[in-house]
Amino acid sequence: MKRLASIAFATAIALFLQGCAGWQSALDPKGPAASELAWLIWFFTGLCAVVWVLVMAALAVPLMMRSRQHAEPLALDAGADSRKLRVVMVAVGLTAVILVGLTLLSFFANRTLAAIGSDAALTIRVTGHQWWWEVRYEDATPSRILTTANEIHIPAGEPVRLLLTSTDVIHSFWVPSLSGKLDLIPGRMNVLDIKADKPGVYRGQCAEFCGAQHANMGTFIIAEPRAKFDAWWNDQLQPAAAPTGDEAKAGENLFLKRPCVMCHKIGGTPAGGTVAPDLTHVASRQTLAAGTLTMSRGNLAAWIADPQGVKPGSHMPVVDLSGDELNAIVAYLEGLK
Amino acid sequence: MSSADLTSERDLPPEREASTKGDIAPERDGPRDTGMDDVSLHRWLARTWRTPPGIIGALSSVDHKVIARRYLITAFLFLCLGGLNAVAMRIQLSGPQRGLIGPDLYNQLFTMHGVTMMFLFAVPIVQATGIYLVPLMVGTRNIAFPRLNAFGYWVYLSGGLFAWVSFALAMAPDVGWFAYVPLSGPEFGPGKRADVWAQMITYTEVSSLAVAVATIVTVLKQRAPGMSLDKIPLYVWALLVTSFVVVFAMPAVMITSTFLILDRLVGTHIFNPAEGGDVLLFQHLFWFFGHPEVYIIFLPATGMVSAIIPAFARRPAFGHLGLVLSLIAVGFLSFGLWVHHMFATGLPKLGASFFTASSMLIAIPNGVQIFCWLATLWDGRPVIRTPLLFVFGFFFTFVIGGLTGVMLASVPLDLQVHDTYFVVAHFHYVLIGGSVFPLLGAAYLWFPKITGRMMSERLGRWHFWLAMIGFNAAFFPMHIVGLWGMPRRVYTYPAELGWGNINLFISAGAVLFFLSFVLFAFNLVHGALRGTPAGDNPWDAGTLEWATSSPPPSYNFARIPVVTNVEPLWAERGALPVASGLRVDARELIISTVAEAHPDIREKSATPSIWPLLAAIAVGATFLYSIFTPWAIVWGAAPIAVTLVGWFWPKGDPEDEE
Repeated sequence: MKRLASIAFATAIALFLQGCAGWQSALDPKGPAASELAWLIWFFTGLCAVVWVLVMAALAVPLMMRSRQHAEPLALDAGADSRKLRVVMVAVGLTAVILVGLTLLSFFANRTLAAIGSDAALTIRVTGHQWWWEVRYEDATPSRILTTANEIHIPAGEPVRLLLTSTDVIHSFWVPSLSGKLDLIPGRMNVLDIKADKPGVYRGQCAEFCGAQHANMGTFIIAEPRAKFDAWWNDQLQPAAAPTGDEAKAGENLFLKRPCVMCHKIGGTPAGGTVAPDLTHVASRQTLAAGTLTMSRGNLAAWIADPQGVKPGSHMPVVDLSGDELNAIVAYLEGLK
Repeated sequence: MSSADLTSERDLPPEREASTKGDIAPERDGPRDTGMDDVSLHRWLARTWRTPPGIIGALSSVDHKVIARRYLITAFLFLCLGGLNAVAMRIQLSGPQRGLIGPDLYNQLFTMHGVTMMFLFAVPIVQATGIYLVPLMVGTRNIAFPRLNAFGYWVYLSGGLFAWVSFALAMAPDVGWFAYVPLSGPEFGPGKRADVWAQMITYTEVSSLAVAVATIVTVLKQRAPGMSLDKIPLYVWALLVTSFVVVFAMPAVMITSTFLILDRLVGTHIFNPAEGGDVLLFQHLFWFFGHPEVYIIFLPATGMVSAIIPAFARRPAFGHLGLVLSLIAVGFLSFGLWVHHMFATGLPKLGASFFTASSMLIAIPNGVQIFCWLATLWDGRPVIRTPLLFVFGFFFTFVIGGLTGVMLASVPLDLQVHDTYFVVAHFHYVLIGGSVFPLLGAAYLWFPKITGRMMSERLGRWHFWLAMIGFNAAFFPMHIVGLWGMPRRVYTYPAELGWGNINLFISAGAVLFFLSFVLFAFNLVHGALRGTPAGDNPWDAGTLEWATSSPPPSYNFARIPVVTNVEPLWAERGALPVASGLRVDARELIISTVAEAHPDIREKSATPSIWPLLAAIAVGATFLYSIFTPWAIVWGAAPIAVTLVGWFWPKGDPEDEE
């Protein structure tokens, strides 16, 4: 099952996202912060490469020299040594100058980064959980506060403020093509401002080791034009779609009777658990289990039937379901667009 | 070595001796080496300093060379185990979505890899090399506190066994070598795995503190007459500075692991934010140790480089004073950088910038060292033998690691590469390039001294090239895949991120690198059994360890040399001047003054004893028990007290009765 699921996932994603290589890369910046950082990385790399080549050249000189070996190791040429001392002093001085330069460069880059989100209009609270992301859109109007999971829709071209915290262990939020990473620490709140220049899907994943499924804690930033983003927000605020068809209705009943309801919330139903991702619009998301599987009927079934095979160690328990029951629940969830 | 007439300044002045030991009646004093012929001197000293025969005798040994050999072999075995961990991880990562190793085992593997390499290989092996070489290089007969030194080895061994037996029982720590709370705390780290981490730290830190104390005292108080501070070999300086760093850094991690054990076993809330504790406190404490730790591993390696280069460049190190001051500066600065491991925790930006500056600053003394070594090599044509080849490998790789370190010092840049494979590449360039390559060079350099036989030069060159190609193939692409967004400590990755091919390449390089160590092991065994006999000084090097036979006798030097130059064997081509006046029927050392190394008093050196082993067993059992209940400390105190009483029981020497 696990093999099948992962093969299905791999091929599906590969087809779906063909040509998206670099969508989680610090060298492929898609926002002002990442662009500034990519420039900084290339500058440091270039300078370091030059320094390295110079040191290697200095090392190669004695190997190329035809001069004879010292017959008597203590018979030193005082004049040559004092010339060498001067060379070493100059090298140390240059090192110091380069380091001061890089320190200042890094300081000013930090200031540029800090300025990016100073006028952010949208605030999103991201809470890390083992091993998924809770995403809450803050709004002055309580009824417009929206909770979702793992996929973060943002308006393209606008700075967005992320408030990062955690309720269990330390995680780290990192979407390399948009920004550097920042930790989600229980008992603390960190602020990260991001901005995507253009609409697109930018992948990120947890960068601080957080236990068994650290590897499968992906997230997606989905940048959209403002109008599309507003429409998405309004859609997400709606309660869950009522099930259509007998199978889906049976699925809703099962969902509410079985342990699912203990952890998950589905807006508009009595299901109100908050320890696991909100499923009100689960089928509108692109992936399942924090980027582990693409959203599809088969993958939904695979994930519910064998969560420990798909994501060993995850906190999603195996719920004993017959084949029909599983199909019913999948049919219900599939309708939660 | 023959006895030379000494000036009265160099000889042990009888009147000073009388002033310190005035009440020892001359008739109770034993025979001295003054004027004794070489044959009977050897007979006396061999009987006095030998390790007793039999198994009990071997377990009682306090000879620094015997202990160091055990350390070296044990640490090498742990290197192989840690290497196997790495190969297993690389096989799992060689392609996307491989199902060979699940997350539970993988997380134990990378934790054990880190813990083994840092605590069971790197620190012990650099300290072990020091245990072997420092007493020889300063011209004394044994390390200071030889029983403490033996105790240190046994505690280290039990800590290593403890960790690896836990791994065999599938209860090895799985929280990373840094074991951040809350992941390792009581709520999220069930079972005994995090406790194993915490107590294994305690074992190995006790042992490295013991070695550090012994090294410091040996260097400061047991140097041969005439070896004033400016004539101490650079390698010994490196070990001295390292030992001070150990003394100040290790307590921080012992506090960290003790706090963690308290949270887990006693129910304190030191790291629990829900009860007013702080999870970042753990990181501050851990990295206050963790960053100096890097220099604990690196500084002795710079000492090795400073020993290899003069021997093969055929001149004393250029800028000796500059090199010593750089070592000391690095030792101090290493305590001011720890926050650069925590830039991603969201510290105040201005505060973090200070740590950018301090992290940049440490590149200056390191740069001074590199430039001084290069200047040494510029003088004439160096003799290119395997040890020097590894020093070239060190330059090639360590400079890359140092420069990527400068990149990581920048706060904003670090936020992109922190906790990615870029960092994995960086610290392997620093630790393998900066420490393992010099260690391998040092192995080729000092192997003849330890075994009396040479290692094969031909195999050595093969080893070098295999290691260089394997290492760079394995670790250079990690920089790239890290920038492509691959985080550390993931047991798998999705295919569509496009990291598959580069990871396969990395894995192939890792296997090649592992094979280079197989070749090295073969060369070691082959050299020990079949190598050509080395003679006292096969490289015509200048420091004191080459003045005695290979391998050195149990008493190191028949007569204690008197030092006139930083490279004494080059300064005194005929015969070294020697000091005399030590008893030959008892283990006696010269204690000299700290700065000038004037001979000051004669001091007893401890005799072989089984008690350090028994004490280590009692301490080890207490630590083991303490992962189950805090009462272990109470119950364990009794057997530890008994063994310590046995250890320090008065021997009836006149000195003890004073």
